[in-house]
Amino acid sequence: MANKYWQTFSKGLIKENPVLRLVLGTCPTLAVTTAAVNGLGMGAAATFVLLCSNIVISLLRKLIPGKVRLPAYIVVIAGFTTIVQMLVKAYLPAIDRSLGIYLPLIVVNCIILGRAEAFAGKNSVGLSALDGLGMGAGFTAALIVMGGIREFLGNGTLFGWPEGGIIPPITIFVLPAGGFFVFGMLIWITNRLSTKLEHKDTRKELTETVCAACPMAGNCHGEGAECHE
Amino acid sequence: MQGTLMVSSSPHLHCGMNTRDIMRDVIIALIPALIASVWLFGFRALAVEVVCVASAMAAEYLSRKVMKRPQTINDLSCVVTGLLLAFNLPVTIPLWQAAFGSVVAIVVAKQMFGGLGQNFVNPALVGRIVLMGSFPDTMNNWINPLAWTGKVDAVTGATPLALLAEDAAAQIDPLSLLFGLRGGCLGEVCAIALLIGGIYLVIRRVISPLIPLIYIGTVFVLAFVCGENPLIHILSGGLMIGAIFMATDYATCPINKWGKVVYAIGCGCITVLIRLAGSLPEGVSFAIVIMNILTPLIERFTRPRPFGEERKAVRS
Repeated sequence: MANKYWQTFSKGLIKENPVLRLVLGTCPTLAVTTAAVNGLGMGAAATFVLLCSNIVISLLRKLIPGKVRLPAYIVVIAGFTTIVQMLVKAYLPAIDRSLGIYLPLIVVNCIILGRAEAFAGKNSVGLSALDGLGMGAGFTAALIVMGGIREFLGNGTLFGWPEGGIIPPITIFVLPAGGFFVFGMLIWITNRLSTKLEHKDTRKELTETVCAACPMAGNCHGEGAECHE
Repeated sequence: MQGTLMVSSSPHLHCGMNTRDIMRDVIIALIPALIASVWLFGFRALAVEVVCVASAMAAEYLSRKVMKRPQTINDLSCVVTGLLLAFNLPVTIPLWQAAFGSVVAIVVAKQMFGGLGQNFVNPALVGRIVLMGSFPDTMNNWINPLAWTGKVDAVTGATPLALLAEDAAAQIDPLSLLFGLRGGCLGEVCAIALLIGGIYLVIRRVISPLIPLIYIGTVFVLAFVCGENPLIHILSGGLMIGAIFMATDYATCPINKWGKVVYAIGCGCITVLIRLAGSLPEGVSFAIVIMNILTPLIERFTRPRPFGEERKAVRS
Protein backbone atom coordinates (compact mmCIF):
# COMPACT_ATOMS: atom_id res chain seq x y z
CA MET A 1 0.00 0.00 0.00
CA ALA A 2 2.79 2.36 0.94
CA ASN A 3 4.38 1.50 -2.35
CA LYS A 4 1.31 2.78 -4.19
CA TYR A 5 1.46 6.12 -2.36
CA TRP A 6 5.17 6.44 -3.05
CA GLN A 7 4.60 5.69 -6.72
CA THR A 8 1.84 8.29 -6.97
CA PHE A 9 4.18 10.86 -5.51
CA SER A 10 7.39 9.91 -7.30
CA LYS A 11 6.05 9.54 -10.82
CA GLY A 12 5.85 13.34 -11.10
CA LEU A 13 9.57 13.74 -10.45
CA ILE A 14 11.09 12.08 -13.51
CA LYS A 15 8.91 9.42 -15.13
CA GLU A 16 5.93 11.69 -15.75
CA ASN A 17 7.60 15.03 -15.08
CA PRO A 18 4.90 17.50 -16.19
CA VAL A 19 7.22 19.87 -18.04
CA LEU A 20 9.97 17.63 -19.33
CA ARG A 21 8.06 14.42 -20.07
CA LEU A 22 4.45 15.48 -20.65
CA VAL A 23 5.48 18.88 -22.09
CA LEU A 24 2.67 20.69 -20.25
CA GLY A 25 2.89 24.22 -18.91
CA THR A 26 5.69 25.22 -21.25
CA CYS A 27 4.55 28.85 -21.38
CA PRO A 28 5.50 29.76 -17.78
CA THR A 29 8.49 27.40 -18.02
CA LEU A 30 10.04 29.28 -20.91
CA ALA A 31 8.97 32.73 -19.82
CA VAL A 32 9.95 32.92 -16.15
CA THR A 33 13.10 30.80 -16.01
CA THR A 34 15.52 33.63 -16.71
CA ALA A 35 16.70 33.29 -13.10
CA ALA A 36 16.67 30.40 -10.64
CA VAL A 37 14.78 32.36 -8.01
CA ASN A 38 11.95 33.06 -10.47
CA GLY A 39 11.74 29.33 -11.16
CA LEU A 40 11.51 28.65 -7.44
CA GLY A 41 8.78 31.28 -6.96
CA MET A 42 6.75 30.08 -9.92
CA GLY A 43 7.17 26.44 -8.91
CA ALA A 44 6.14 27.07 -5.31
CA ALA A 45 3.08 29.10 -6.33
CA ALA A 46 1.96 26.48 -8.84
CA THR A 47 2.58 23.63 -6.38
CA PHE A 48 0.41 25.34 -3.78
CA VAL A 49 -2.43 25.82 -6.27
CA LEU A 50 -2.00 22.28 -7.57
CA LEU A 51 -2.07 20.72 -4.10
CA CYS A 52 -5.11 22.69 -2.90
CA SER A 53 -7.11 22.32 -6.09
CA ASN A 54 -6.37 18.58 -6.24
CA ILE A 55 -7.63 18.14 -2.68
CA VAL A 56 -10.79 20.21 -3.17
CA ILE A 57 -11.62 18.69 -6.55
CA SER A 58 -11.07 15.20 -5.18
CA LEU A 59 -13.43 15.97 -2.30
CA LEU A 60 -16.06 17.31 -4.69
CA ARG A 61 -15.60 14.64 -7.36
CA LYS A 62 -18.89 12.86 -6.53
CA LEU A 63 -20.85 16.12 -6.39
CA ILE A 64 -19.73 17.73 -9.65
CA PRO A 65 -21.82 16.53 -12.61
CA GLY A 66 -19.64 15.23 -15.46
CA LYS A 67 -20.99 17.67 -18.01
CA VAL A 68 -19.98 20.81 -16.15
CA ARG A 69 -16.81 19.52 -14.54
CA LEU A 70 -14.39 21.75 -16.50
CA PRO A 71 -15.99 25.07 -15.46
CA ALA A 72 -16.24 23.76 -11.90
CA TYR A 73 -12.55 22.79 -11.86
CA ILE A 74 -11.56 26.17 -13.26
CA VAL A 75 -13.53 27.99 -10.57
CA VAL A 76 -11.72 26.04 -7.86
CA ILE A 77 -8.31 26.62 -9.49
CA ALA A 78 -9.02 30.31 -10.02
CA GLY A 79 -9.96 30.68 -6.37
CA PHE A 80 -6.64 29.31 -5.17
CA THR A 81 -4.69 31.24 -7.80
CA THR A 82 -6.23 34.46 -6.52
CA ILE A 83 -5.17 33.58 -2.98
CA VAL A 84 -1.59 32.90 -4.11
CA GLN A 85 -1.48 36.07 -6.15
CA MET A 86 -2.63 38.22 -3.21
CA LEU A 87 -0.17 36.53 -0.84
CA VAL A 88 2.77 37.00 -3.20
CA LYS A 89 1.81 40.61 -3.88
CA ALA A 90 1.65 41.32 -0.15
CA TYR A 91 4.74 39.50 1.10
CA LEU A 92 7.08 38.99 -1.90
CA PRO A 93 6.67 42.08 -4.12
CA ALA A 94 10.02 41.43 -5.89
CA ILE A 95 8.92 37.96 -7.01
CA ASP A 96 5.56 39.40 -8.02
CA ARG A 97 7.29 41.94 -10.24
CA SER A 98 9.52 39.41 -11.98
CA LEU A 99 6.75 36.85 -12.52
CA GLY A 100 4.37 39.52 -13.79
CA ILE A 101 1.41 38.25 -15.77
CA TYR A 102 2.50 34.62 -15.37
CA LEU A 103 1.37 34.53 -11.76
CA PRO A 104 -2.36 35.06 -12.48
CA LEU A 105 -1.93 32.86 -15.54
CA ILE A 106 -1.48 29.85 -13.24
CA VAL A 107 -5.27 29.59 -13.65
CA VAL A 108 -4.82 28.36 -17.20
CA ASN A 109 -1.70 26.29 -16.51
CA CYS A 110 -2.41 22.98 -18.24
CA ILE A 111 -0.62 20.98 -15.57
CA ILE A 112 -3.18 21.95 -12.94
CA LEU A 113 -6.27 21.39 -15.05
CA GLY A 114 -4.62 18.26 -16.48
CA ARG A 115 -4.10 16.73 -13.05
CA ALA A 116 -7.63 17.68 -11.97
CA GLU A 117 -9.06 15.99 -15.04
CA ALA A 118 -6.73 12.99 -15.16
CA PHE A 119 -6.24 12.26 -11.48
CA ALA A 120 -8.09 14.25 -8.82
CA GLY A 121 -11.48 13.78 -10.47
CA LYS A 122 -11.13 10.00 -10.17
CA ASN A 123 -9.07 9.30 -7.06
CA SER A 124 -9.26 9.59 -3.29
CA VAL A 125 -8.20 12.70 -1.38
CA GLY A 126 -4.96 11.29 -0.03
CA LEU A 127 -3.75 10.05 -3.39
CA SER A 128 -4.77 13.30 -5.08
CA ALA A 129 -2.82 15.34 -2.55
CA LEU A 130 0.26 13.18 -3.11
CA ASP A 131 -0.17 13.44 -6.86
CA GLY A 132 -0.39 17.22 -6.60
CA LEU A 133 2.69 17.37 -4.39
CA GLY A 134 4.68 15.08 -6.70
CA MET A 135 3.71 16.89 -9.86
CA GLY A 136 4.35 20.23 -8.20
CA ALA A 137 7.77 19.06 -7.00
CA GLY A 138 8.63 17.86 -10.53
CA PHE A 139 7.50 21.17 -11.99
CA THR A 140 9.45 23.16 -9.40
CA ALA A 141 12.58 21.04 -9.83
CA ALA A 142 12.47 21.44 -13.61
CA LEU A 143 11.99 25.20 -13.30
CA ILE A 144 14.82 25.60 -10.78
CA VAL A 145 17.23 23.51 -12.87
CA MET A 146 16.32 25.38 -16.03
CA GLY A 147 16.41 28.77 -14.33
CA GLY A 148 19.71 27.88 -12.70
CA ILE A 149 21.36 26.88 -15.97
CA ARG A 150 20.06 29.94 -17.78
CA GLU A 151 20.98 32.31 -14.97
CA PHE A 152 24.45 30.83 -14.54
CA LEU A 153 25.37 30.87 -18.23
CA GLY A 154 23.51 34.03 -19.15
CA ASN A 155 24.32 36.12 -16.11
CA GLY A 156 27.16 34.34 -14.31
CA THR A 157 25.23 34.08 -11.03
CA LEU A 158 23.17 31.49 -9.18
CA PHE A 159 20.18 32.70 -7.15
CA GLY A 160 21.61 36.18 -7.63
CA TRP A 161 24.92 35.21 -6.04
CA PRO A 162 27.78 36.18 -6.25
CA GLU A 163 27.31 39.84 -7.09
CA GLY A 164 28.49 40.57 -10.62
CA GLY A 165 28.84 36.93 -11.63
CA ILE A 166 31.83 34.62 -11.84
CA ILE A 167 31.84 33.90 -15.59
CA PRO A 168 31.48 36.37 -18.45
CA PRO A 169 27.76 36.37 -19.28
CA ILE A 170 26.59 34.70 -22.51
CA THR A 171 23.47 36.83 -22.86
CA ILE A 172 21.73 34.52 -25.33
CA PHE A 173 20.86 32.12 -22.52
CA VAL A 174 18.50 34.61 -20.85
CA LEU A 175 16.94 35.47 -24.23
CA PRO A 176 14.06 33.32 -25.52
CA ALA A 177 16.30 31.44 -27.97
CA GLY A 178 18.51 30.21 -25.15
CA GLY A 179 15.41 29.23 -23.18
CA PHE A 180 14.21 26.96 -25.96
CA PHE A 181 17.70 25.49 -26.30
CA VAL A 182 18.06 24.67 -22.60
CA PHE A 183 14.49 23.32 -22.56
CA GLY A 184 15.29 20.96 -25.45
CA MET A 185 18.48 19.76 -23.78
CA LEU A 186 16.67 19.06 -20.51
CA ILE A 187 13.91 17.14 -22.32
CA TRP A 188 16.60 15.05 -24.00
CA ILE A 189 18.32 14.25 -20.70
CA THR A 190 15.07 13.36 -18.92
CA ASN A 191 14.00 11.15 -21.81
CA ARG A 192 17.29 9.27 -21.64
CA LEU A 193 17.01 8.92 -17.87
CA SER A 194 13.41 7.83 -18.02
CA THR A 195 13.90 5.21 -20.74
CA LYS A 196 16.86 3.85 -18.83
CA LEU A 197 14.76 3.53 -15.67
CA GLU A 198 11.90 1.87 -17.54
CA HIS A 199 14.27 -0.43 -19.35
CA LYS A 200 15.76 -1.53 -16.06
CA ASP A 201 12.29 -2.22 -14.65
CA THR A 202 11.19 -4.35 -17.59
CA ARG A 203 14.49 -6.20 -17.62
CA LYS A 204 14.16 -7.05 -13.96
CA GLU A 205 10.56 -8.13 -14.30
CA LEU A 206 11.43 -10.23 -17.33
CA THR A 207 14.30 -12.05 -15.68
CA GLU A 208 12.23 -12.74 -12.58
CA THR A 209 9.09 -14.06 -14.23
CA VAL A 210 9.63 -15.18 -17.80
CA CYS A 211 13.27 -16.12 -17.98
CA ALA A 212 13.12 -18.19 -14.80
CA ALA A 213 10.91 -20.66 -16.62
CA CYS A 214 12.77 -20.49 -19.94
CA PRO A 215 15.25 -23.21 -20.83
CA MET A 216 17.26 -20.83 -23.02
CA ALA A 217 17.80 -18.30 -20.20
CA GLY A 218 21.37 -19.46 -19.67
CA ASN A 219 22.25 -18.47 -23.24
CA CYS A 220 20.47 -15.17 -23.69
CA HIS A 221 21.27 -13.51 -20.31
CA GLY A 222 17.93 -11.70 -20.45
CA GLU A 223 19.08 -9.78 -23.52
CA GLY A 224 16.16 -10.86 -25.67
CA ALA A 225 13.65 -8.22 -24.57
CA GLU A 226 11.38 -9.21 -27.46
CA CYS A 227 11.15 -12.77 -26.12
CA HIS A 228 7.57 -13.20 -24.87
CA GLU A 229 7.46 -16.99 -24.91
CA MET B 1 34.41 -7.65 -59.92
CA GLN B 2 35.12 -9.64 -63.09
CA GLY B 3 32.09 -11.33 -64.53
CA THR B 4 29.67 -9.73 -62.12
CA LEU B 5 26.92 -7.33 -63.07
CA MET B 6 26.65 -4.30 -60.83
CA VAL B 7 23.08 -3.53 -59.82
CA SER B 8 22.58 -0.06 -58.39
CA SER B 9 19.97 2.65 -58.35
CA SER B 10 20.24 5.79 -60.45
CA PRO B 11 22.14 8.05 -61.11
CA HIS B 12 24.58 5.81 -62.99
CA LEU B 13 26.85 8.52 -64.30
CA HIS B 14 28.89 10.52 -61.84
CA CYS B 15 30.83 13.64 -62.69
CA GLY B 16 33.58 12.63 -60.30
CA MET B 17 33.17 15.62 -58.05
CA ASN B 18 32.61 15.00 -54.37
CA THR B 19 31.94 17.09 -51.28
CA ARG B 20 35.65 17.42 -50.59
CA ASP B 21 36.35 18.88 -54.06
CA ILE B 22 33.50 21.35 -53.74
CA MET B 23 34.58 22.46 -50.30
CA ARG B 24 38.18 22.81 -51.49
CA ASP B 25 36.97 25.08 -54.28
CA VAL B 26 35.03 27.19 -51.79
CA ILE B 27 38.13 27.50 -49.61
CA ILE B 28 40.17 28.58 -52.64
CA ALA B 29 37.49 31.14 -53.47
CA LEU B 30 37.70 32.51 -49.93
CA ILE B 31 41.47 33.03 -50.06
CA PRO B 32 41.37 36.50 -51.72
CA ALA B 33 39.09 37.72 -48.94
CA LEU B 34 41.39 36.13 -46.37
CA ILE B 35 44.41 37.97 -47.78
CA ALA B 36 42.39 41.19 -47.87
CA SER B 37 41.35 40.76 -44.24
CA VAL B 38 44.98 40.39 -43.11
CA TRP B 39 45.99 43.38 -45.24
CA LEU B 40 43.20 45.52 -43.81
CA PHE B 41 43.08 44.43 -40.19
CA GLY B 42 46.54 43.03 -39.45
CA PHE B 43 47.64 39.68 -38.09
CA ARG B 44 45.02 39.73 -35.37
CA ALA B 45 42.58 38.91 -38.20
CA LEU B 46 44.59 35.80 -39.03
CA ALA B 47 44.47 34.75 -35.38
CA VAL B 48 40.68 35.01 -35.32
CA GLU B 49 40.45 32.97 -38.52
CA VAL B 50 42.81 30.26 -37.26
CA VAL B 51 40.93 29.98 -33.95
CA CYS B 52 37.56 29.71 -35.72
CA VAL B 53 38.73 27.05 -38.17
CA ALA B 54 40.58 25.03 -35.54
CA SER B 55 37.70 25.04 -33.09
CA ALA B 56 35.23 24.17 -35.86
CA MET B 57 37.37 21.18 -36.85
CA ALA B 58 37.76 20.07 -33.24
CA ALA B 59 34.01 20.41 -32.65
CA GLU B 60 33.24 18.39 -35.79
CA TYR B 61 35.69 15.65 -34.85
CA LEU B 62 34.56 15.38 -31.24
CA SER B 63 30.82 15.55 -31.91
CA ARG B 64 31.01 12.78 -34.51
CA LYS B 65 33.10 10.75 -32.09
CA VAL B 66 30.65 11.24 -29.22
CA MET B 67 27.68 10.35 -31.43
CA LYS B 68 29.56 7.28 -32.73
CA ARG B 69 28.98 8.31 -36.35
CA PRO B 70 31.44 7.98 -39.24
CA GLN B 71 34.05 10.75 -39.25
CA THR B 72 33.31 13.52 -41.72
CA ILE B 73 36.14 15.87 -40.90
CA ASN B 74 37.86 15.04 -44.19
CA ASP B 75 35.12 16.60 -46.32
CA LEU B 76 36.47 20.03 -45.27
CA SER B 77 32.98 21.47 -44.77
CA CYS B 78 33.84 22.40 -41.18
CA VAL B 79 36.81 24.42 -42.46
CA VAL B 80 34.45 26.41 -44.69
CA THR B 81 32.04 26.98 -41.80
CA GLY B 82 34.84 28.13 -39.50
CA LEU B 83 36.28 30.44 -42.12
CA LEU B 84 32.90 31.96 -43.00
CA LEU B 85 32.14 32.53 -39.34
CA ALA B 86 35.51 34.26 -38.83
CA PHE B 87 34.75 36.47 -41.83
CA ASN B 88 31.57 37.55 -40.05
CA LEU B 89 33.29 38.70 -36.86
CA PRO B 90 34.93 42.01 -36.00
CA VAL B 91 38.70 41.85 -35.61
CA THR B 92 38.58 42.88 -31.95
CA ILE B 93 36.50 39.92 -30.79
CA PRO B 94 38.00 37.94 -27.87
CA LEU B 95 39.32 34.65 -29.21
CA TRP B 96 37.33 32.49 -26.79
CA GLN B 97 34.13 34.10 -28.05
CA ALA B 98 35.10 33.28 -31.62
CA ALA B 99 35.73 29.67 -30.59
CA PHE B 100 32.37 29.57 -28.79
CA GLY B 101 30.65 30.73 -31.98
CA SER B 102 32.38 28.02 -34.00
CA VAL B 103 31.35 25.30 -31.58
CA VAL B 104 27.73 26.50 -31.59
CA ALA B 105 27.76 26.59 -35.40
CA ILE B 106 29.10 23.06 -35.77
CA VAL B 107 27.50 21.27 -32.83
CA VAL B 108 24.12 22.97 -32.50
CA ALA B 109 23.33 24.07 -36.03
CA LYS B 110 24.93 21.21 -37.94
CA GLN B 111 25.67 17.98 -36.06
CA MET B 112 22.57 18.00 -33.87
CA PHE B 113 20.47 17.95 -37.02
CA GLY B 114 22.45 15.09 -38.56
CA GLY B 115 25.52 16.66 -40.08
CA LEU B 116 26.29 18.13 -43.47
CA GLY B 117 23.27 18.25 -45.75
CA GLN B 118 20.79 17.88 -42.89
CA ASN B 119 21.24 21.34 -41.40
CA PHE B 120 18.20 23.52 -42.04
CA VAL B 121 20.05 26.82 -41.64
CA ASN B 122 23.54 27.94 -42.51
CA PRO B 123 25.76 26.96 -39.54
CA ALA B 124 28.12 29.94 -39.86
CA LEU B 125 25.19 32.36 -39.73
CA VAL B 126 23.76 30.65 -36.65
CA GLY B 127 27.17 31.07 -35.02
CA ARG B 128 27.17 34.75 -35.89
CA ILE B 129 23.62 35.36 -34.69
CA VAL B 130 24.24 33.53 -31.40
CA LEU B 131 27.37 35.65 -30.87
CA MET B 132 25.41 38.82 -31.69
CA GLY B 133 22.77 37.86 -29.12
CA SER B 134 25.34 36.83 -26.54
CA PHE B 135 28.01 39.50 -26.74
CA PRO B 136 26.46 42.64 -28.24
CA ASP B 137 29.36 44.81 -27.02
CA THR B 138 32.25 42.94 -28.56
CA MET B 139 30.27 42.15 -31.72
CA ASN B 140 29.73 45.85 -32.42
CA ASN B 141 33.25 47.11 -31.94
CA TRP B 142 34.42 48.29 -35.36
CA ILE B 143 38.03 49.14 -36.09
CA ASN B 144 38.96 51.26 -39.05
CA PRO B 145 40.90 49.32 -41.68
CA LEU B 146 44.66 49.88 -41.79
CA ALA B 147 44.53 51.24 -38.23
CA TRP B 148 47.04 48.54 -37.25
CA THR B 149 49.70 50.19 -39.41
CA GLY B 150 49.44 53.32 -37.30
CA LYS B 151 49.01 55.58 -40.33
CA VAL B 152 45.30 56.20 -39.85
CA ASP B 153 44.15 58.74 -37.29
CA ALA B 154 40.88 57.36 -36.03
CA VAL B 155 40.98 53.84 -34.64
CA THR B 156 37.31 53.04 -34.18
CA GLY B 157 34.72 54.10 -36.68
CA ALA B 158 31.14 53.50 -37.64
CA THR B 159 30.28 51.06 -40.41
CA PRO B 160 28.88 52.52 -43.63
CA LEU B 161 25.42 51.18 -42.82
CA ALA B 162 25.53 52.80 -39.39
CA LEU B 163 26.43 56.05 -41.13
CA LEU B 164 23.51 55.54 -43.53
CA ALA B 165 21.19 55.04 -40.59
CA GLU B 166 22.36 58.40 -39.25
CA ASP B 167 21.75 60.09 -42.62
CA ALA B 168 25.46 60.69 -43.09
CA ALA B 169 25.66 59.04 -46.51
CA ALA B 170 27.73 61.89 -47.91
CA GLN B 171 30.75 60.69 -45.91
CA ILE B 172 30.90 57.44 -47.83
CA ASP B 173 32.87 56.99 -51.02
CA PRO B 174 31.64 53.96 -53.03
CA LEU B 175 35.09 53.38 -54.52
CA SER B 176 36.67 52.92 -51.08
CA LEU B 177 33.94 50.37 -50.31
CA LEU B 178 35.01 48.32 -53.31
CA PHE B 179 38.50 47.89 -51.88
CA GLY B 180 37.30 47.42 -48.33
CA LEU B 181 38.49 50.68 -46.81
CA ARG B 182 35.71 50.78 -44.26
CA GLY B 183 34.80 49.47 -40.84
CA GLY B 184 33.20 46.07 -40.69
CA CYS B 185 33.67 42.36 -40.20
CA LEU B 186 36.88 40.62 -41.27
CA GLY B 187 35.83 39.10 -44.57
CA GLU B 188 32.90 41.24 -45.61
CA VAL B 189 34.67 44.53 -46.22
CA CYS B 190 36.67 43.92 -49.40
CA ALA B 191 33.99 43.60 -52.07
CA ILE B 192 36.45 43.07 -54.90
CA ALA B 193 38.10 40.06 -53.22
CA LEU B 194 34.69 38.50 -52.63
CA LEU B 195 33.71 39.11 -56.26
CA ILE B 196 36.90 37.38 -57.46
CA GLY B 197 36.03 34.38 -55.29
CA GLY B 198 32.46 34.38 -56.57
CA ILE B 199 33.56 34.44 -60.20
CA TYR B 200 35.93 31.54 -59.53
CA LEU B 201 33.08 29.52 -58.01
CA VAL B 202 30.79 30.26 -60.96
CA ILE B 203 33.50 29.26 -63.47
CA ARG B 204 34.16 26.05 -61.55
CA ARG B 205 30.38 25.50 -61.57
CA VAL B 206 30.32 25.14 -57.80
CA ILE B 207 27.53 27.68 -57.46
CA SER B 208 24.96 28.93 -59.91
CA PRO B 209 25.15 32.70 -60.40
CA LEU B 210 21.37 32.91 -60.07
CA ILE B 211 21.11 33.47 -56.32
CA PRO B 212 23.92 36.05 -55.92
CA LEU B 213 22.84 38.05 -58.96
CA ILE B 214 19.15 38.17 -58.08
CA TYR B 215 19.85 38.79 -54.39
CA ILE B 216 22.19 41.71 -55.04
CA GLY B 217 19.96 42.95 -57.87
CA THR B 218 16.91 42.98 -55.61
CA VAL B 219 18.76 45.00 -53.00
CA PHE B 220 20.01 47.41 -55.70
CA VAL B 221 16.53 47.99 -57.14
CA LEU B 222 14.78 48.28 -53.80
CA ALA B 223 17.39 50.68 -52.43
CA PHE B 224 17.04 52.78 -55.58
CA VAL B 225 13.25 52.79 -55.34
CA CYS B 226 13.44 53.84 -51.70
CA GLY B 227 15.62 56.81 -52.60
CA GLU B 228 18.87 55.48 -51.11
CA ASN B 229 22.20 55.29 -52.87
CA PRO B 230 22.01 51.76 -54.36
CA LEU B 231 25.79 51.47 -54.92
CA ILE B 232 26.53 52.03 -51.25
CA HIS B 233 23.87 49.51 -50.31
CA ILE B 234 25.20 46.67 -52.41
CA LEU B 235 28.85 47.31 -51.50
CA SER B 236 28.44 47.71 -47.74
CA GLY B 237 27.51 45.40 -44.94
CA GLY B 238 27.65 41.67 -45.39
CA LEU B 239 25.70 41.59 -48.63
CA MET B 240 28.52 40.42 -50.93
CA ILE B 241 29.78 37.63 -48.70
CA GLY B 242 26.22 36.67 -47.79
CA ALA B 243 24.94 36.54 -51.35
CA ILE B 244 27.96 34.73 -52.81
CA PHE B 245 29.02 32.34 -50.06
CA MET B 246 26.19 31.89 -47.61
CA ALA B 247 22.90 32.16 -49.48
CA THR B 248 24.21 29.60 -51.98
CA ASP B 249 24.80 26.85 -49.39
CA TYR B 250 23.51 23.65 -51.04
CA ALA B 251 21.75 22.22 -48.01
CA THR B 252 19.71 25.33 -47.26
CA CYS B 253 18.70 26.85 -50.60
CA PRO B 254 16.08 25.59 -53.06
CA ILE B 255 17.15 23.19 -55.82
CA ASN B 256 15.00 24.39 -58.72
CA LYS B 257 15.53 27.48 -60.82
CA TRP B 258 12.26 29.16 -59.84
CA GLY B 259 12.75 28.20 -56.25
CA LYS B 260 16.14 29.90 -56.31
CA VAL B 261 14.58 33.03 -57.83
CA VAL B 262 11.91 33.26 -55.15
CA TYR B 263 14.50 32.56 -52.44
CA ALA B 264 16.92 35.22 -53.66
CA ILE B 265 14.21 37.87 -54.05
CA GLY B 266 13.00 37.06 -50.54
CA CYS B 267 16.54 37.46 -49.17
CA GLY B 268 16.87 40.84 -50.91
CA CYS B 269 13.52 42.14 -49.69
CA ILE B 270 14.14 41.15 -46.05
CA THR B 271 17.65 42.63 -46.15
CA VAL B 272 16.42 46.01 -47.38
CA LEU B 273 13.49 45.91 -44.98
CA ILE B 274 15.78 45.36 -41.98
CA ARG B 275 18.30 47.94 -43.17
CA LEU B 276 15.77 50.70 -43.80
CA ALA B 277 12.98 49.99 -41.34
CA GLY B 278 14.51 47.76 -38.65
CA SER B 279 16.38 48.78 -35.56
CA LEU B 280 19.54 46.94 -36.66
CA PRO B 281 21.79 48.59 -39.27
CA GLU B 282 22.42 45.28 -41.09
CA GLY B 283 20.07 42.44 -41.94
CA VAL B 284 21.86 40.06 -44.30
CA SER B 285 22.36 37.28 -41.77
CA PHE B 286 18.78 37.38 -40.55
CA ALA B 287 17.45 37.60 -44.11
CA ILE B 288 19.36 34.50 -45.18
CA VAL B 289 18.42 32.53 -42.07
CA ILE B 290 14.72 33.40 -42.49
CA MET B 291 14.79 32.32 -46.14
CA ASN B 292 16.71 29.15 -45.14
CA ILE B 293 13.81 28.27 -42.88
CA LEU B 294 11.31 29.01 -45.66
CA THR B 295 13.22 26.88 -48.18
CA PRO B 296 11.21 23.64 -47.68
CA LEU B 297 8.03 25.63 -48.31
CA ILE B 298 9.46 27.22 -51.46
CA GLU B 299 10.54 23.79 -52.69
CA ARG B 300 7.03 22.48 -52.19
CA PHE B 301 5.49 25.16 -54.37
CA THR B 302 8.12 25.02 -57.11
CA ARG B 303 8.29 21.27 -57.50
CA PRO B 304 8.48 20.44 -61.19
CA ARG B 305 5.74 18.39 -62.82
CA PRO B 306 7.05 14.87 -63.51
CA PHE B 307 7.27 14.13 -67.22
CA GLY B 308 4.03 12.65 -68.51
CA GLU B 309 1.90 13.67 -65.56
CA GLU B 310 -1.28 15.54 -66.38
CA ARG B 311 -1.68 19.17 -65.47
CA LYS B 312 -4.00 19.84 -62.57
CA ALA B 313 -7.53 19.87 -63.93
CA VAL B 314 -8.93 23.37 -64.21
CA ARG B 315 -11.82 23.81 -61.84
CA SER B 316 -14.98 24.37 -63.83
